[in-house]
Amino acid sequence: MNEKSKILDKEGLGRSLTRIAHEVLEKNKGAEGLCLIGIRNRGAYLAARLGSCIGGIDKKGVPVGILDITLYRDDLTQIGSQPVVHKTEIDFDITDKIVVLVDDVLYSGRTIRAALDALIDFGRPKAIQLAVLVDRGHRELPIRADYVGKNIPTAKDEQVEVRLAETDGVDEVVVVEKSQ
Amino acid sequence: MNLLIKGGRVVDPAGNLDEVADILVEDRKISKVSKNIKSDGARMIDAAGLIVIPGLVDMHVHLRQPGREDKETIRTGTLAAAAGGVTSVLAMPNTDPVPDGKDNIALIRGLIKDSAVVNVFICGAITRGRFGREPADIAGLKNEGAVAISDDGSSVDSDDVMRKALEEGKTQKILLICHSEDKALSANGVVNLGFTSTRLGLRGISRESEYKRVERDISLAEKAKAPVHIAHVSCRESVEIIAAAKKRGVMVTCETAPHYFALTEEAVLGYDPNFKMNPPLRGKDDVAAIKKGLKDGTIDCIASDHAPHTENEKDIEFDRAEFGVVGLETELGVTVTELVGPGALSWPEAVRKLSLNPAKALNINKGTLSVGADADIAVIDPDREWLVKKEALVSKSKNSAFLGRRLKGAVVCTISAGKVVFG
Amino acid sequence: MKWNRKDLLGLEELSREELELILSTAGSFKEVSSREIKKVPALRGKTVVNLFYEPSTRTRVSFEVAAKRLSADVINIATETSSVKKGETLVDTGRNIEALKADIIVMRHNYSGAAAMLARHLDISVVNAGDGWHEHPTQALLDMFTLKEKLGRLEGINVSIVGDIAHSRVARSNIWGLTKLGARVTVCAPKILIPPEIDKMGVHVTSDINEALSRADAVNVLRMQFERDEQNAFPKQLEYFKNYGITAERLEKAKDDIVVMHPGPINRGIEMSSDVADGANSVILEQVTNGIAVRMAVLFLVAQAQGKTDEPSN
Repeated sequence: MNEKSKILDKEGLGRSLTRIAHEVLEKNKGAEGLCLIGIRNRGAYLAARLGSCIGGIDKKGVPVGILDITLYRDDLTQIGSQPVVHKTEIDFDITDKIVVLVDDVLYSGRTIRAALDALIDFGRPKAIQLAVLVDRGHRELPIRADYVGKNIPTAKDEQVEVRLAETDGVDEVVVVEKSQ
Repeated sequence: MNLLIKGGRVVDPAGNLDEVADILVEDRKISKVSKNIKSDGARMIDAAGLIVIPGLVDMHVHLRQPGREDKETIRTGTLAAAAGGVTSVLAMPNTDPVPDGKDNIALIRGLIKDSAVVNVFICGAITRGRFGREPADIAGLKNEGAVAISDDGSSVDSDDVMRKALEEGKTQKILLICHSEDKALSANGVVNLGFTSTRLGLRGISRESEYKRVERDISLAEKAKAPVHIAHVSCRESVEIIAAAKKRGVMVTCETAPHYFALTEEAVLGYDPNFKMNPPLRGKDDVAAIKKGLKDGTIDCIASDHAPHTENEKDIEFDRAEFGVVGLETELGVTVTELVGPGALSWPEAVRKLSLNPAKALNINKGTLSVGADADIAVIDPDREWLVKKEALVSKSKNSAFLGRRLKGAVVCTISAGKVVFG
Repeated sequence: MKWNRKDLLGLEELSREELELILSTAGSFKEVSSREIKKVPALRGKTVVNLFYEPSTRTRVSFEVAAKRLSADVINIATETSSVKKGETLVDTGRNIEALKADIIVMRHNYSGAAAMLARHLDISVVNAGDGWHEHPTQALLDMFTLKEKLGRLEGINVSIVGDIAHSRVARSNIWGLTKLGARVTVCAPKILIPPEIDKMGVHVTSDINEALSRADAVNVLRMQFERDEQNAFPKQLEYFKNYGITAERLEKAKDDIVVMHPGPINRGIEMSSDVADGANSVILEQVTNGIAVRMAVLFLVAQAQGKTDEPSN
């Protein structure tokens, strides 16, 4: 697996999150009625970090939840590797709230579609917005992000890897050649 | 047409022979056994590198005809025998009708004459209908040509009836073969009683159900001073009881089947009914005791207990499946693979178990390659390995416990009454 | 860790990792049942057929609820009213169901090994809901899930199983599952109800109920079935209750927080007294709730494995 280029380093990643936190508060005129829901795996860690950032700016703070979308995927029977189901942890009511979905990389859009299906089963949010750290293009569905950390045009044979201290021991975003 | 079997290793324990030699067959008999026979006009069978033995005498075969021709017929069963190097077969009496009297025997004799491809000897019943109550007309059976009597499938529960039968058998000089099982103790079981039956959640057949009945059968024979033959010995205790009886001078002979020295009860894990038979497969210690019994002479014969069943009756829930497996075509291969190959039995010893001893027990003139004997011969490739395939089995039924197994020791050619019947 | 088995026939052949995967997956599914909308689309468009040769309400309903919460379609075949009465063989019935393009058969049968036999002949998934005396894997899994929730772990805990061990598929499955995950298992029954050589399964054997309860962290009480004939059954039931019944007095000598389990339905006053069944130590109703989550996990996993290899998972 070939690492082609580093897009964000630790500081860059932190700055992106801070900027997104400000944008979220600006667009929604404050933290009132907001909640963050991170999509497992790395989206959940990013949501937690984003929640801290927001809490640092607006003392009100926002509730943060974790969503596992394995059961809503549209490719359950085709994928070669075994999908492992983890817990969804949303212990607040999302009805009438503005939900900001948080994920690491936006690509085909199918993960977000699955997340939308899952969210509807949990309640009726007032609105759903999407925050991603990286948008790498190649959408297969009409999905778009409201908040983007970095836009990275990529080729189909490349892969964008978001590495976080919580899971990978380091904070960075790199582009790699797809492994066989 | 005369036959000349050239250059094979001739193993004939009856004639104390184990060397490379030629055999000439003329007029359905063995006319010459020596080195470098020359014969014009005889068809030559090249046996170089192969082993030539008296055709197997399998004293426990269920041919199913008359009554269950859907499972096997005399013709298909004897074709299967030929494919297994077996030239003489003792047909068991659990047919419909049961050979318990003159007419029934005559019927079966007719069928054998018309359709058998190898020699078929008749085993009559001990009791009428095999019901265990009234003794059959044993004298009549002997006169009609039966060479043995048995109620196989069942044991004769009544000591009194058994005693009478033993005495009549002695008088008539006809061998009494015992299926030794106390059904009260085997209690509707379907596998060996023990860890395997516990794991599988199946009713178990206790070892006592076999060996206690073996004890009784031998004890009655001993008292009557009559010869007796114990069929399909499966467990250690039975071997011990028979060994002790022989030491005391009791006229007891016995047989075991290849599955009892090749498989243990663990084969049943997975619930494949092709491992369901009666007596059931037992434990490792029993397999060791059977092998030892064969080696030290306690067990005289190997007989297949060939029991064909249709798929409808075999490939169903384990509890409901019929007991029994076919074995004519694999008994030689299993014997070579499990006993001769590893050195537990020599070739002459194997021939004794498979041919000579059964012939002696039944008092028939078979199991030998001496000059003047019937030309019943099997030519074996002792080293050839072959896969037991369902489609390739000649028997009408395919319920073999060895499907998918590689066996060593293949039949190249079988000759019965001077005619090539296989190969 | 991958799950590669298209069938679940028993716990005997599963590895420790496979057992742990089922339990952790069940944990995720438990959360689904606590939502307002108790449904996920994971098995949408799949058909699950309940093929029950033995009458059962709780297990069948549990599988049906589990399948429906996964958005599968469920068909129930009760063989008393089906073509089986006309003599159709098990394999033929299975093949017909397969021809209807069903995806999973959940089967309960009165013969041990029936599930294995069906799975051998079919390409679709077979989940064993109890075969004769052999195994009842999902019951043991939900028992283990409940224990793990209550006690925090299965490794090193003492579990006693009391009842007709010889004829119990629940006992066998529990023994395999618990021992593989490191629990210490004791079986307790009158001698005639202890099957031969069961100690080889790695359990301690006793016929003394007090010994079985003394150091147990949990006791799993099996159903005792006597003749339906009321007159003959009553004295035997009384005798059994006297010697093996789980009563408040007997529990006094056990650990305070001993977990009391029962696969249901309970025969009050025969294997257990009413006050114990309804008491603080009993987790019988939680077992039922957990049964849904466990069965959802099992259906989900076997559905994933269809079309993939049938070898043990790696």
